[in-house]
Amino acid sequence: MGEFVFFLLALAWPFLAGSYGTGLITEALIFAIAAMSLDLLMGYSGLVSFGHAAFFGVGAYALALSGMKLGLNPWLGILVAVMTSALAALIIGYFCVRVSGVAFIMLTLAFAQLLYSAAVKWRGITGGSDGIGGFDRPQIAGLSLNDPIYMYFACLLGFVLSLWLLRRIINSQFGHALVGLRENETRMRALGFSTDRLKLCAFVLSGAFAGFAGALYAIYNSFISPDALSFAQSGMFLLMVVLGGVGSLLGPAIGAAIFLLMKQFVSSHTEHWLAIVGIIFVCCVMFFRSGVYGFLKQWLERGART
Amino acid sequence: MTLLRVESLQKSFGSLNVTRDVTLDVGAGEKHVIIGPNGAGKTSLINQIGGQMTPDGGRVMIDGSDVTRLAPEQRARLGLARTFQKNTLFQRLSVFENVRLGVQARFGNSFDLAQRAAARTDVNARARDVLDLLRLTALAERRVASISYGDQRQLEIAVALAGDPRILLLDEPTSGLSPVETRQLIEIIRALPSHLGILMIEHDMEVVFSLADRITVLYYGEVLASDKPDVVAANERVRDVYLGASF
Repeated sequence: MGEFVFFLLALAWPFLAGSYGTGLITEALIFAIAAMSLDLLMGYSGLVSFGHAAFFGVGAYALALSGMKLGLNPWLGILVAVMTSALAALIIGYFCVRVSGVAFIMLTLAFAQLLYSAAVKWRGITGGSDGIGGFDRPQIAGLSLNDPIYMYFACLLGFVLSLWLLRRIINSQFGHALVGLRENETRMRALGFSTDRLKLCAFVLSGAFAGFAGALYAIYNSFISPDALSFAQSGMFLLMVVLGGVGSLLGPAIGAAIFLLMKQFVSSHTEHWLAIVGIIFVCCVMFFRSGVYGFLKQWLERGART
Repeated sequence: MTLLRVESLQKSFGSLNVTRDVTLDVGAGEKHVIIGPNGAGKTSLINQIGGQMTPDGGRVMIDGSDVTRLAPEQRARLGLARTFQKNTLFQRLSVFENVRLGVQARFGNSFDLAQRAAARTDVNARARDVLDLLRLTALAERRVASISYGDQRQLEIAVALAGDPRILLLDEPTSGLSPVETRQLIEIIRALPSHLGILMIEHDMEVVFSLADRITVLYYGEVLASDKPDVVAANERVRDVYLGASF
């Protein structure tokens, strides 16, 4: 019910909010997809990836380069971006799923840094720290994503589709197995689950969704730079997930929106906006372990009972 | 017919030999109980059979084939199931979901991304049957963390049984239970499918002698005796080191 109201509001948003507000929520939708993809790993499989920007960035670069260097239609470019990110996740995941805990976190971070420095140094292809800009946005039947309103609706569609797909995955037997992994890996293995394969599969799926978000991000900005691969970006994805509520899909989506709104509004008042974000993050971890979404849900349920 | 065979198994941590040349068999329908004082290497032995610990020497065989180098999940797929001495459950999931995962491991398809798990009626039905068998149906929707310790011990067995194993390893199933709960659990173990080969560690001598078809006594990693209960009870050395004068 609540979701339906949100959806209606989202449909009407560009006509209510003007171009600034539309752009803001477009970006929030894109980051929401990335945050939800990370939640599949963090919240459902218990794998904390500190290198999620790798797949976001690979998707963004794949979209940009497939258009600029290969002359590919940008619609196909999105598909290429998703597949390239999935492939990157397959290779990186192959090594990462062999370890767990802190080693897993450090290894994902290391791989992301590797890709980051490749993007900075490989100037011939990636344009180095200047990035790549000015590539075509996709269009269909005369409707071009150059128009911010169509861009908004494309991202809304992408978000709804991602949410639906991720929910299906979580409700499947595969999703249940991931939750089992999060709860107790020793027992899962004793029961006969191939835990490494499950983890790798989750890693690839998560990477594919992150790549999809990255492709949308590149299209939205018509520009991509190594920042999208940086560990600051990975950290932001983690913040979004924890802020919104780990293991709830919608929570991290809300977390992404809150993060971006804070960035917009707090940063216009003070350059120390990240300090404010940091304080809120600490409060979340200490007092609201289930994030904004969990807090709201508990609050509403308590309200319904009394 | 021998389902499980352990052959001259060896394991040491530094100078501590936890398993010294242990050989034992478990046949179909047999209840084989391992006893021995604390530190005798009982749990280490179970861990080596389950694959959670790698032995230094010797072999573990299931149906005559060597599984010593196989991972726990591969052994599980050959029909080996186990419980843990300290409850190893999915604490934040429901009792039903704990058992359902056990069923899914064997009868479901964990790489099916499309179909809803709730729509696999065959898997769900078997999970309910197992809950019935272990008398846990009333608790099905409760979170594991919220049920009593005794019920959790029972659930340990339910989860292990979910995949319809042929060999069941029980690591002190009655540890920490009250006498009443212990009696209940013994009834449940007695009522388990008769084809099952069971290897269990147990401390309670009353339980041991009322259940066992065969008893193996471990002492500092070594097999002191392995025979039918009356023969073991009559063994001088066993009486000296473990059973005491009362037997």
